[in-house]
Amino acid sequence: MTRFVERHPAWALIVIIAIALALWLIFAVWPPGLEEAIGRKRVFLNAVFNGITLGGLYFLVASGFTLIFGLMRNVNLAHGSLYLFGGYVGYAISASTGSWILSFIIAFILTALVGILLQVIVFRRMEGQDLRQTMVTIGLSIVFADLMLWAAGGDFYQIPTPSWLIGPIELPLITALKSSGEPVYLRYPLVRLVIFAASVVIGIAMWLALNRTRIGMIIRAGVDDRDILAATGVRIQVVFVLVFALGAGLAGIAGVVGGTFQSLSPGEDIRFLLASLVVVIVGGMGSIPGAALGALIIGLAEQLGSVYIPTYAIVVTFLIMVLVLALRPQGLLARR
Amino acid sequence: MSLTHDARVPVRTASGVQRPALRGWPEIDNPAAWIVAIVLLIMPLIANGFFLIEIFATTLILGTIALSLMFLAGYGGMVSLMQLTVAGFAAYMVAVFGTSDNANISLGWPWWLAVPMALALATAFGSLGGALAVRTEGIYTIMITLAIGAAFYYFTNQNWAIFNGHTGINNVGTPRFWGVNWRADIPFYYIVLGVAALCYFAVEYISRAPFGLALQGVRDNPRRMAALGFNVNAHRVAAYAFASFVAALAGVLQVWNYRQISPGSVSVGACIDILIIAIVGGITRPIGPYIGALIFVLLRTFALDFLVKIGLDGNRFRLLIGLGFLAIVFWSSDGVIGLWQRWRERLSTPRSSGGRGHG
Repeated sequence: MTRFVERHPAWALIVIIAIALALWLIFAVWPPGLEEAIGRKRVFLNAVFNGITLGGLYFLVASGFTLIFGLMRNVNLAHGSLYLFGGYVGYAISASTGSWILSFIIAFILTALVGILLQVIVFRRMEGQDLRQTMVTIGLSIVFADLMLWAAGGDFYQIPTPSWLIGPIELPLITALKSSGEPVYLRYPLVRLVIFAASVVIGIAMWLALNRTRIGMIIRAGVDDRDILAATGVRIQVVFVLVFALGAGLAGIAGVVGGTFQSLSPGEDIRFLLASLVVVIVGGMGSIPGAALGALIIGLAEQLGSVYIPTYAIVVTFLIMVLVLALRPQGLLARR
Repeated sequence: MSLTHDARVPVRTASGVQRPALRGWPEIDNPAAWIVAIVLLIMPLIANGFFLIEIFATTLILGTIALSLMFLAGYGGMVSLMQLTVAGFAAYMVAVFGTSDNANISLGWPWWLAVPMALALATAFGSLGGALAVRTEGIYTIMITLAIGAAFYYFTNQNWAIFNGHTGINNVGTPRFWGVNWRADIPFYYIVLGVAALCYFAVEYISRAPFGLALQGVRDNPRRMAALGFNVNAHRVAAYAFASFVAALAGVLQVWNYRQISPGSVSVGACIDILIIAIVGGITRPIGPYIGALIFVLLRTFALDFLVKIGLDGNRFRLLIGLGFLAIVFWSSDGVIGLWQRWRERLSTPRSSGGRGHG
């Protein structure tokens, strides 16, 4: 942090001002002139919260993607299919047992199994051939998409929110003042906050596992130079399978999350594939903190964009990607 | 650096070295090529309207889009998934500048003004996308171009001012001049055939021109080319510009063919179809994409009947395509022409390897 400030004082200043401005927008009571210019504060706060929670979902999807890429140099374009598969599994479990938590566990296990099968049967056979692996994942995503369409049909599914999470919660954020001077607080769906908190916990757990444990050390070493790592006697194939299972399982969990606060249908796989692509391009390939930052930026851009410039929302996301590629092609937080 | 090395295509690397051995004209001594050319020319005598347009013209259009991908991937080592997006952009531009049912969007320009405009804008669009994509290398290119394609798809879905949202633009005007309706089956077939042939020979020519050879050098070893004084990125962006122009030509034909354009035509699935066509056909030679397109169109048209006939669900066409694509990727990195070449080599093993050459 201090190094960044020392090396780029101008950028650091801009970032600090932007953060201060954002905090002021979130916490202050807006003066009437501002409300006239860009609309009610409640709309803005809702968009911000939607953006942050959507960012949490994007992080879950993209972290698996970036983890797999970082270690195996495998651009898994079937990642969106794993997401959708996890969602369908979660729906089936929650519809048959009624347990929301159980649907997460089963979805994680089943998608992780699919990931293991993919790694063992397919990718191990073409190690080091990046382009061919990517092609195979494209073919697999087509096959998976059609199989899922076959099994689940073209309907929309939504996983029911458990009763203890239904309903809004009042947050200590003032959206407006009534004419009597009484503050009005923001009300926000509890389930989205819980899911966001869970994704933060998962993110921190992943960071700790990568930076503080032995297996994490092995994985980081593999990201840097897998040949040397293999030469030191680490059974790298086992590590590969493990990471692939974890990455796929995270996509499965994300599917259940997405099925709860959005919906599942054919085409969602592509949407989330695109989201994870943009997130990791912005954040930096192979970097978990990068995925978190990218997910936050893209989630916020998407939601704020769809509130304030509805027909050009996707362009904002895209422009961010272009800007990052132009200024820092390796992504915001990548080392390289 | 190693990424581009992986992305390159193994065959044909020798063509730069054996410069004197290169033929002046492609396939001029190959009887099979002459037969194919003659059959294509007299096709309207053989085939009825359905085959002429739905099979052959569609094949040539899709093949030309895939040809632009083949040019980038085979000679430039850049697998771009946005070629269909460029074609779709050109198609949209023809609809926007030309005439259509959506009078509030279409400007109503005559076709000879709208088409050059569309071509110029689509080429600029593709070059800009390429300029972005060349900032990274290898498999990153796939991701960035896929992101561009997907973003364009969602944008056309959202935007009503120019792209008319998810309904798209209908009843796009087609050219009529010299008393001929050029969208009638037979004239349209010849237009498509002419454009496809032009693009095919242009790609063949450029692959042997200094620019194409430099591009193949960039594909094989960008560092060495940079050390020799070549501007690596400029060559890559120029390759994108040329490929975008080819794709834009095909896009104009496509919108004339269907007379309408909607986001469904530029969806991510359709972008990937182009990659499938190019890979299945083979991305080492310009003829590959056309073979791939023929297979794809035949499958798309007849798979339903065929699947029903053997007692399966007819809607599983995409499953068939996906499995076929997987099989090709697994067993022949060189597509169908690679299989064919290997089969021929096995038939004629005693022959010296120099006989057939490499192109």
